[in-house]
Amino acid sequence: MNNNNVNGLSLANFWVGLIAITVGVVLGVYQVVERSGLFPVLDSPTLYFASVSTHGVLMGFVVTTFMIMGFGYYAATTSLKMPLPGKGIAWFGFWFSIVGVLLAAAALLTGNGSVMYTFYPPLVAHPAFYIGATMLVVGSWLWCFEMIWAMNIWKKAHPGEAVPLVHFGNTANAVLWLFTTLGVAAEMLFQLIPWSLGLMETIDVGLARTFFSGTLHAIVYFWLFPAYIAMYTIVPKVIGSKLFSDEMARIAFIMLLVISVPIGMHHLYLDPFQEAGWKFVHMFGTFLVGLPTLFTGFTVIATLELAGRLRGGKGLFGWIMALPWKEPMMTALGGSMMMLTFGGFGGLVNASYSLDVMLHNTQWITGHFHLIFAGTTIIMYMGIVYHMFPRMLGRSLYSSSLAVKQLWLWFVGMLVLTLPWHYLGILGQPRRISSAPYDSPLVEQWIPHDIAMIVGGFILLISILMLVFNLYKTHGSAAANLVMEYAEPIHPAPRVPALLNGFGFWSVVVVIYLISSYGYPIAQFFIYETFGATTWGV
Amino acid sequence: MHIDQTEKKWIWISVLMTFVMMGVLTLYAVGSNIHPPSGFEPIDSTRLHLSEEFSEDNLGLKKNDDGTLTLTMVAARYGFYPSKVEVPVNTPVKIRIASADVLHGVHVPYTNFATMVVPGYISEVNTTFMKTGDFTLLCNEYCGLGHDHMWSRLKVVPKSSS
Repeated sequence: MNNNNVNGLSLANFWVGLIAITVGVVLGVYQVVERSGLFPVLDSPTLYFASVSTHGVLMGFVVTTFMIMGFGYYAATTSLKMPLPGKGIAWFGFWFSIVGVLLAAAALLTGNGSVMYTFYPPLVAHPAFYIGATMLVVGSWLWCFEMIWAMNIWKKAHPGEAVPLVHFGNTANAVLWLFTTLGVAAEMLFQLIPWSLGLMETIDVGLARTFFSGTLHAIVYFWLFPAYIAMYTIVPKVIGSKLFSDEMARIAFIMLLVISVPIGMHHLYLDPFQEAGWKFVHMFGTFLVGLPTLFTGFTVIATLELAGRLRGGKGLFGWIMALPWKEPMMTALGGSMMMLTFGGFGGLVNASYSLDVMLHNTQWITGHFHLIFAGTTIIMYMGIVYHMFPRMLGRSLYSSSLAVKQLWLWFVGMLVLTLPWHYLGILGQPRRISSAPYDSPLVEQWIPHDIAMIVGGFILLISILMLVFNLYKTHGSAAANLVMEYAEPIHPAPRVPALLNGFGFWSVVVVIYLISSYGYPIAQFFIYETFGATTWGV
Repeated sequence: MHIDQTEKKWIWISVLMTFVMMGVLTLYAVGSNIHPPSGFEPIDSTRLHLSEEFSEDNLGLKKNDDGTLTLTMVAARYGFYPSKVEVPVNTPVKIRIASADVLHGVHVPYTNFATMVVPGYISEVNTTFMKTGDFTLLCNEYCGLGHDHMWSRLKVVPKSSS
C-alpha cells in the first residue's frame, strides 16, 4: 500500500459521492418516465419539481464536490509523496459539508426547496435549503486551502523543482473553485439567506442572476478538472504510454483557470438587464475556453497513439484497436473523449450569441450538459474510482470485466438519453416541465424521442448499480499490493519556468479579468434605481 | 520549454478555428443585425397595472405613429396577457414584455422569438415572423408548480388582413 495518511478520508468522500449519484440516477429515471406523459397516473408537478431540484443539487453540488475532494486528497499525497498537512481540517470540512447536505436535503425532500439548483428567486425556499447549500460550499473551501497548503509545503522542501503535474492540476482547480464560488457566495450571503430569513422584503433578481452567472460556467471546469488530470497523468500510465507534453498540460490547466471564470454572461444571453455589448464581449471569452480543451484533446490522442504503436498497432487507425480496451480506465477515456466531442460541438452552438435564442431553455440544453457532465466527466470519475479503490484498499478490483461492461453501458445509455434530447430541443420542447399540455401538432412529434429517453434512463440505472456493486465487493476482495503511480512525460521537465509552477501571478490576472468583465454589469444595479421583486412561494 | 512540431501546428489550427468562428458570429451580429435581448430598463413589477405602458388597455399589438408595430405583453403566473395575439407576417415587430410576479421565459418554437422575463426589468425583442400559421407561445422557465400550464397562442397572419 502507498505510504499516505488519507485512504480513509478519500474513501469516505468517494462513498458519499457514490451514494449521492445512485440516488440521483433513481430520481432521474422517475423524471424521464413522469415528464414523458405516457403514464398519466404518475403526473404530479409537486413531486416532479421536488425531484428535479433534488436531482440537480445532488448531481451538480454533492456528487461533484465529494468526488473531487476524495480525488484531490488521494492524488495530492500520492503525487507529492508526503502526508496531508492538517488532516483534522480536512475531516472537519467533510463533516461540515455533510451537515450542509442533510440540511438542504431536509428542505428538498419535504417540498420546501423546489426552486431548482439554480435557486430562481423570487421563488423562495426554506432558509435551511440556502444555509445547507452554503455550508457545502464552505466545506469545499477547506479542501481548497488544503490543496494550496500542501503545494506550498512541497515547494519549500523542493526549492526550484517543478510541482508534480497531478498536484499542479489539483491546486489549479482549488484556486479556480475559490474564484468560481465568489458569485454564488455573494448571492447567498448578501441576498438569498437574509431574504429567506425575512430580513429583506424584496430581492433584486437581475443582480442575483448576474452573480450566479459568474459561478455557472466555471463550475463545469471545477467538475472537469479531475477528469483532465486523470487523462494527462493516470491514463498514460495505465495503457503503458508516456505523457506527450508536461508543459502543455500546465499551460492548459492555467488557461482553464484564467479563461473560464469571467465569461459566465453567456448564461444571460436572453435576459434583459444586461446590454448586448457585454454579452458580445463574453461570447469572445467563451470561445477562447475551447482552446485548452482542443490542446488537451491533442495531447491525449497523441499519448494514445504512442501506446497503440508501442503495442504493435499499425496503419493510420490500426493503433486504436491495439489499445488495451479491457482496462476500465481505457474504456472510460474512450467514452469520455467521444462524448466530449459531441458535447463540445453542441456547446459551440449554445455559446453563439445569435444562435442561442432558438435553443435557450429547451431540452437541447439538458442534453448538452448531460453529455459534458454526466457523460464526459462522470465516466472519467468512474474510471478514477476503479483505479483508486484497489490502491486505497490494498485489494484487487472485484471484477475488471464487469467494470468495462458497466462503462460501455453508461456510454450507450448516455447517448440514448441525450441525443434525443438535443433533437427535442430543436423541436421546441422546453426543459423543466412535468407535462406537455400544449397544442397537439407540436407535442405529437416529441413522443418517439420521449420513449428513447426512458430507455436511456433505465440503461443508466442498471449501469450505476453495477458500479456500486463492484466497488462494494472490492472492499472484501483478495489482497493485492498495487502502487499509485503517475505517467512520466516523454521529455522530463524537472524544472519549469516559475510562471508554470505557481498561481500567484495568474490569480492577479483572473482578478483583473473579472473586474473588467463583471465590474460594470454588477455596478449598474447600484448606480441606477432598481425595484426588488416581492417574495413568492412555489 | 519543449513543444513538439506537430503540437505547434495543432495550436495554430485551434487558434485559427476559434477566430474564424468568432468572425462568422461577428459578421452575423453586425452585418445582419442579429442581437439577443438588450437594455437595462427597471420597472416596478408590483405596480405594472399602474404603469402607462403595461396597463391592461395598452396590452396587445399597436401601430406606432411612425408606422412600426409594437406588441406589449405581461407574463404572470400562469398565463400570458393578452392570451391570444395576432401579428402580420414579414413585418418587423418590437415586442416588450414585463413580469407581474416571478421569473418567466417566452419561447415560440419555430420562430426567433424567445426571451427571459425577469421581475423588475422590461424585456425587449425585435423580430420578424417569416411564416403564417398558428404557433404555441409557451413559458420555458420554471415559475412554480403550475409552470407546464403557462402557454397561449400566437397567430401569424398574411399582411393584408392585419
